[in-house]
Amino acid sequence: MAVMNFLKPKNQLEEGGRTSAPIQRDAGEPEKNCPNCHKDIALSRLWANDLVCPCGYHFRMKARQRIQMIADKGRFRELFSGMKADNPLNFPGYRDKIETVRAASGEREAVLCGTAMIGKQKCCLFVMESYFMMGSMGSAVGEKITLLFEYAIQYRLPVIGFTVSGGARMQEGLLSLMQMAKTSAAVKRHSDAGLLYIAVLTDPTTGGVTASFAMEADIILAEPGATVGFAGTRVIEQTTKKSLPKGFQQSEFVLEHGFIDSIIPRVSQKKYLTEILKMHDGRAI
Amino acid sequence: MSESAYERVKLARDKDRPTGLDYIRNIFKGFIEFHGDRRYADDPAIVGGIARLNGSPVTVIAIEKGHTAKERTYRNFGAPNPEGYRKALRLMKQAEKFGRPIICFIDTSGAFCGIGAEERGQGQAIAENLMEMSTLCVPVISILIGEGGSGGALALAVADRVWMLQNAVYSVISPEGCASILWKDLAKAETAAQSLKLTAEDAKSLGVIERILSEKEIGKKEFYDRIRTLLTEELEELEHDPDLVSNRYDRFRNIGTGAVIKE
Ligand SMILES: [Zn+2]
Repeated sequence: MAVMNFLKPKNQLEEGGRTSAPIQRDAGEPEKNCPNCHKDIALSRLWANDLVCPCGYHFRMKARQRIQMIADKGRFRELFSGMKADNPLNFPGYRDKIETVRAASGEREAVLCGTAMIGKQKCCLFVMESYFMMGSMGSAVGEKITLLFEYAIQYRLPVIGFTVSGGARMQEGLLSLMQMAKTSAAVKRHSDAGLLYIAVLTDPTTGGVTASFAMEADIILAEPGATVGFAGTRVIEQTTKKSLPKGFQQSEFVLEHGFIDSIIPRVSQKKYLTEILKMHDGRAI
Repeated sequence: MSESAYERVKLARDKDRPTGLDYIRNIFKGFIEFHGDRRYADDPAIVGGIARLNGSPVTVIAIEKGHTAKERTYRNFGAPNPEGYRKALRLMKQAEKFGRPIICFIDTSGAFCGIGAEERGQGQAIAENLMEMSTLCVPVISILIGEGGSGGALALAVADRVWMLQNAVYSVISPEGCASILWKDLAKAETAAQSLKLTAEDAKSLGVIERILSEKEIGKKEFYDRIRTLLTEELEELEHDPDLVSNRYDRFRNIGTGAVIKE
């Protein structure tokens, strides 16, 4: 069963030798408890492992850290970084909320976009930020992603996108909903231009993002154990009054049902993406 | 428009409102229904087929809630499963092949939130409709006749023209859902309805819809005649638009751009 891959993995990080040298530990070093193996893991060790527990559990990762992990060193050039949401509906509490989130996360919005080299292959890259209102999609997120696909069409570049999202940002009401249509239309133009789009779904990818650009890629990958779905589990339980099957909405479950091409652990992602990019090199001209 | 936003929500949900099939039967002639998504099943929550609008063949698709208790159960209360959206897309592609315009009637609290719906890719089904509808080379008009519940409504509304009945609502989330997530308080649904800007007037001022349809004599012959005339006139115009597909792209492209600050 695919689900077991994530529960009982062969530790590819250890195999790869990246953490095979024992890390010096201070007695008082901060630790994080793993929700899968329930062991306390030293933060320094987690960081050295791209936030993957030795048991294979993938912790959430900040967008900029992910870019460091995926892009060639110093080869990410951010685009549209000045864009951020206004409060178009004057939704109560939204302005304060977003200012708090901006200060805490150090980001202006819930997605980072740019051009990057990955394994010396040029591409457009977007990475959503779970630490910014759980990657919710409002007008600014929709606009940045649309602009990125339009940029990729203009320069005939593939797009690689890491998704993480609780769905549409309800504080922007209908304008958020419309971002699903807007981004989808841009993905379609990019696709019709013969260009490659790879989505990597990370935990959690749900709601309006699943129902738009996350599920529209030529190749859809996911991280192990990531929640991938449309409706929230609580809503489903309330609606159906049934208990959910084991592993429901985990990437392994979604793979089994045919909606994901492959589950790629973090440690292999860069190599895997590089290989796919190389295999499409020159095909889109 | 004196009703509060939440009163509009209640009106939009009113069981006595005409449903999708009422519009199909009264606006068009000779409706022939087609079933199934050719992949898994036929979803009774979405009805589709071909019919004549003032003599010309069109493809019509409607989310159907049903009137009686038995009908409503059979129609899953107008909450489509993925196969409903896939049936709709199949019929839209068929319309494109034969050069027929497409008219959609939307009335749903949202795409169904069920185990099977997730297993069969509810998100993927909606996403595919959004993508494919954006480049259909025949005119598409979508009318929200009651509830326009989030992605489940939008999956039939990537159209050249989107219209709303005067008391229809269109929202990213139900006011109850919004109130319980943001304020952990269902009683705040009224505030949420107000804040979400989900009425037809709101949607029009946000540039999300083009036209509000009066509910004067709703359900009567005059009401349907009026909509038939408007559809006929609008299709006449759209059928002569050489930039139909790129105009549709721009229509959605520009929504919300004013809500973004550039530093
Ligand atoms: Zn662990």
